[in-house]
Amino acid sequence: MAFYIFRRFVNYFILSAIATCLAYVVASLALDPASKYYGRNPQPSQQTITNILNGLGVNPDVPVLERLWNWIVNLVVHGSLGNTVGGTSVVDQIVSRSGVSLRLLLIGSVIGAIVGVTLGVWGAVRQYKFSDQVVTYGSYLVFATPTFVIGVLLMIGATALNGAAGMQLINFTGEYSAGLSGSWWDLTADRAVHLLLPTVALVLIGAAGYSRYQRSVMLDVLSADYIRTARAKGRSRNAALVRHGVRVALIPMSTFFAYSFGTLVSGSIMLEIVFSFHGMGEFTLNAITQSDINAVAGSTLFLAVLVLFSSTLSEVLYAALDPRVRN
Amino acid sequence: MSEPLSPNAAVKPLLEIKNLQVGFQTQNGLVPAVNGIDITLMPGQTLAIVGESGSGKSTTAHAIINLLPGSGRITGGEVLFEGRDLTRLNEKQLEEVRGRMIGFVPQDPMANLNPVWSIGFQVEEAIRANGIATGKEVKQHAIRVLKEAGLADADKRLRQFPHQFSGGMRQRVLIGMGLSSRPKLLIADEPTSALDVTVQRVILDHLATLTREIGTAVLFITHDLGLAAERAEQLVVMYKGKVVESGPSREILENPIHPYTQRLVAAAPSLASRRIQSSNRNLTDLGYSAPRAAEGLDLVEAAEARAGKQAATTSAGGPAIKVDALTKIYRIRGAKRDARDFKAVDDVSFTVERGTTMALVGESGSGKSTVAKLLLRLEDASSGTIAIGGTDTAALRGRTLLDLRRTMQPVFQDPYGSLDPLRNIGNTIAEPLQVHRVGDRASRRARVDELLDQVALPSALATRYPNELSGGQRQRVAIARALALKPEIVILDEAVSALDVLVQAQILRLLADLQAELGLTYLFITHDLAVVRVIADHVCVMQRGKIVESSTVDKVFNNPQQDYTRELLNAIPGANLKLGV
Repeated sequence: MAFYIFRRFVNYFILSAIATCLAYVVASLALDPASKYYGRNPQPSQQTITNILNGLGVNPDVPVLERLWNWIVNLVVHGSLGNTVGGTSVVDQIVSRSGVSLRLLLIGSVIGAIVGVTLGVWGAVRQYKFSDQVVTYGSYLVFATPTFVIGVLLMIGATALNGAAGMQLINFTGEYSAGLSGSWWDLTADRAVHLLLPTVALVLIGAAGYSRYQRSVMLDVLSADYIRTARAKGRSRNAALVRHGVRVALIPMSTFFAYSFGTLVSGSIMLEIVFSFHGMGEFTLNAITQSDINAVAGSTLFLAVLVLFSSTLSEVLYAALDPRVRN
Repeated sequence: MSEPLSPNAAVKPLLEIKNLQVGFQTQNGLVPAVNGIDITLMPGQTLAIVGESGSGKSTTAHAIINLLPGSGRITGGEVLFEGRDLTRLNEKQLEEVRGRMIGFVPQDPMANLNPVWSIGFQVEEAIRANGIATGKEVKQHAIRVLKEAGLADADKRLRQFPHQFSGGMRQRVLIGMGLSSRPKLLIADEPTSALDVTVQRVILDHLATLTREIGTAVLFITHDLGLAAERAEQLVVMYKGKVVESGPSREILENPIHPYTQRLVAAAPSLASRRIQSSNRNLTDLGYSAPRAAEGLDLVEAAEARAGKQAATTSAGGPAIKVDALTKIYRIRGAKRDARDFKAVDDVSFTVERGTTMALVGESGSGKSTVAKLLLRLEDASSGTIAIGGTDTAALRGRTLLDLRRTMQPVFQDPYGSLDPLRNIGNTIAEPLQVHRVGDRASRRARVDELLDQVALPSALATRYPNELSGGQRQRVAIARALALKPEIVILDEAVSALDVLVQAQILRLLADLQAELGLTYLFITHDLAVVRVIADHVCVMQRGKIVESSTVDKVFNNPQQDYTRELLNAIPGANLKLGV
């Protein structure tokens, strides 16, 4: 069992490393970090630009594989991901920004999964009844709506609610209210309120996907012979469904969890922009617009590590749910 | 088994089904599955419901405890259990009855245990759900129940999962569950049809002993008339949702009145080996329709006719198949990365003469299907030689291997799994012709029509799809596909095992006719000795990869040399019954 998980982890580790290296190469070939200096007035001398590029390790005159090698050596030996075009350390940026993104992602994906699985099971058990139809149409609506539209719609809704209540019930700009002071409890509560809308948006996106998959898997399981056998033993329908149905139906979902994590990450990038969170999403987007190769490579590595952990977690879940894979 | 039906009027029936009607809601309205049946079962008695698939026997079983699948529901009638009408109980009251008063042993031991929960959990669940024991006693009770059901090392295996149990062991677990709360009635829905005959015999013997000790009445559902007659004192024959005949088993077997029962008795291969005449009565008398090809079928006569022909043809040319010292070794990966060798086929030698049928018989795991794979060159032998028409097949590659495939075609067990659901029948049959680039479109279409005619299917079927066909029709299509390339040898791997007895008889007759017409050589692989008698000339009995007995059919049946062969013969359901048809 432990060996199985370890083997899968090594597998994902190698994949993540390859993905990061590819991202570095693609960023190096596609982005032109020198261009923004040529546009400046007064234009810096060619020597100055070359010095800046060399300092960042992104000089296009150096072969890309050599730059990649230097980047890897720098990462392994010094634990450094180089500097951003702004001159700050990429590692420092990631450390200070990742907390914001992880909070949003972890809470959003876990609640989204729980809500989605519950709705899926419920919909399957009540197939074609009114409540099932509502969930079905609702999730298709969420699917069809772009992430930033969901974010904006939630903001409009919150503004209307605040207006109706005559006070600022829900704050949704930034991670916390600027200049607020008070006890630790007050600060935490303030952050929680700010986190509410983007989390709701992320939960909606996650739940819409999970509920569809969970419903179809659960429908397959419902007609399984062992459910009938459990009922023939004298268990009630609901007990048989929960005890025997849900666990089996969750097995394919654990794989889906790993794959859907990428979708959630891209969704959360959009949401960070919409809700003015200074997290990894903003960092990644800025890096691309500023042709910042080191920052792009660094944020790709960050995402790869997230996917690495979520994939390994899904393997652990799979093995925990299904005894047949444990050997 | 238990005491015979008592004439004493004071004994009230345990189960009384009166005019039960069950239907399935479809887009085209309610489709009836059970049309007003009456069954009476006395306490402690064993009653068998017999019929082919689709006759409504399983639906009746499920209707009793109101666990009909999908859109099925009871549309009329009463199910009186100890005088209480089960159809009028609410869900809560039914849960009290299920498991506690009426135990249920389902059909497929592979699908009826939840793969993700341990055996212990699933047995304990049955005990808890019926309040038989509480706290720590539950585990003790579970062990006792499993030991009773024949799992001697139950205490060690409680924490194991279903996939670590063999099919027979799983069925024992299900029987243990069904009897865990000492119910007054046990519904056993084809409890052993997924198991080998020898395992089936042991398990049914055990079930009979257990239910006799506990005094449980058994409602036994089966498609096998021989099995039913052997295991139950009362017999109910169902056909198209109706009871066509019921009464004491021996009486029905010795003097079947209804034409359908007569045909069932005649076609049952387990009984056919005891010299039975077919019924020639007119079925239309009672408004029952049956496939035309089955009319006036006499398997024994067919077998005798074939034997006569065979004597005339054997001398022509050398043997069609000659297998010498064939061995196949598989590497099994163990739990802790240790690999060990497993001899699936161990030093097997046999010869099949042209135009004859060789039956390869054995239980699952005996290596008989591996022999088929090796013959077809779907896998390579570890050692030994296979000569087809005098050519050693091991050296064949590419073009020559394709030529070999043309002379040798397989038909597999599952007619549902072996046809591509997205390909129509005509294209399915023509596929081998396309692969081997035989003829053009027009000539292929003509050949498809010819083949459909040979397997007694209308040519209109060419544009239909497999899901529109019955199991027997599909198997005919599979046979037509195998014959498309005019092979000399057909390898039939359990080709009739998945079919109902009447359909089975038709297919066996078809195979015999085709053999006579086309001079085919058959290698017939089966676990069922009963069908061997009517189809084969020679028999090889396999056990654990080795051939333990090899002889002509008559010698094996009349004078078996090996204990294992005798065991297999005795395990044929109904082998010891007297028949008066």
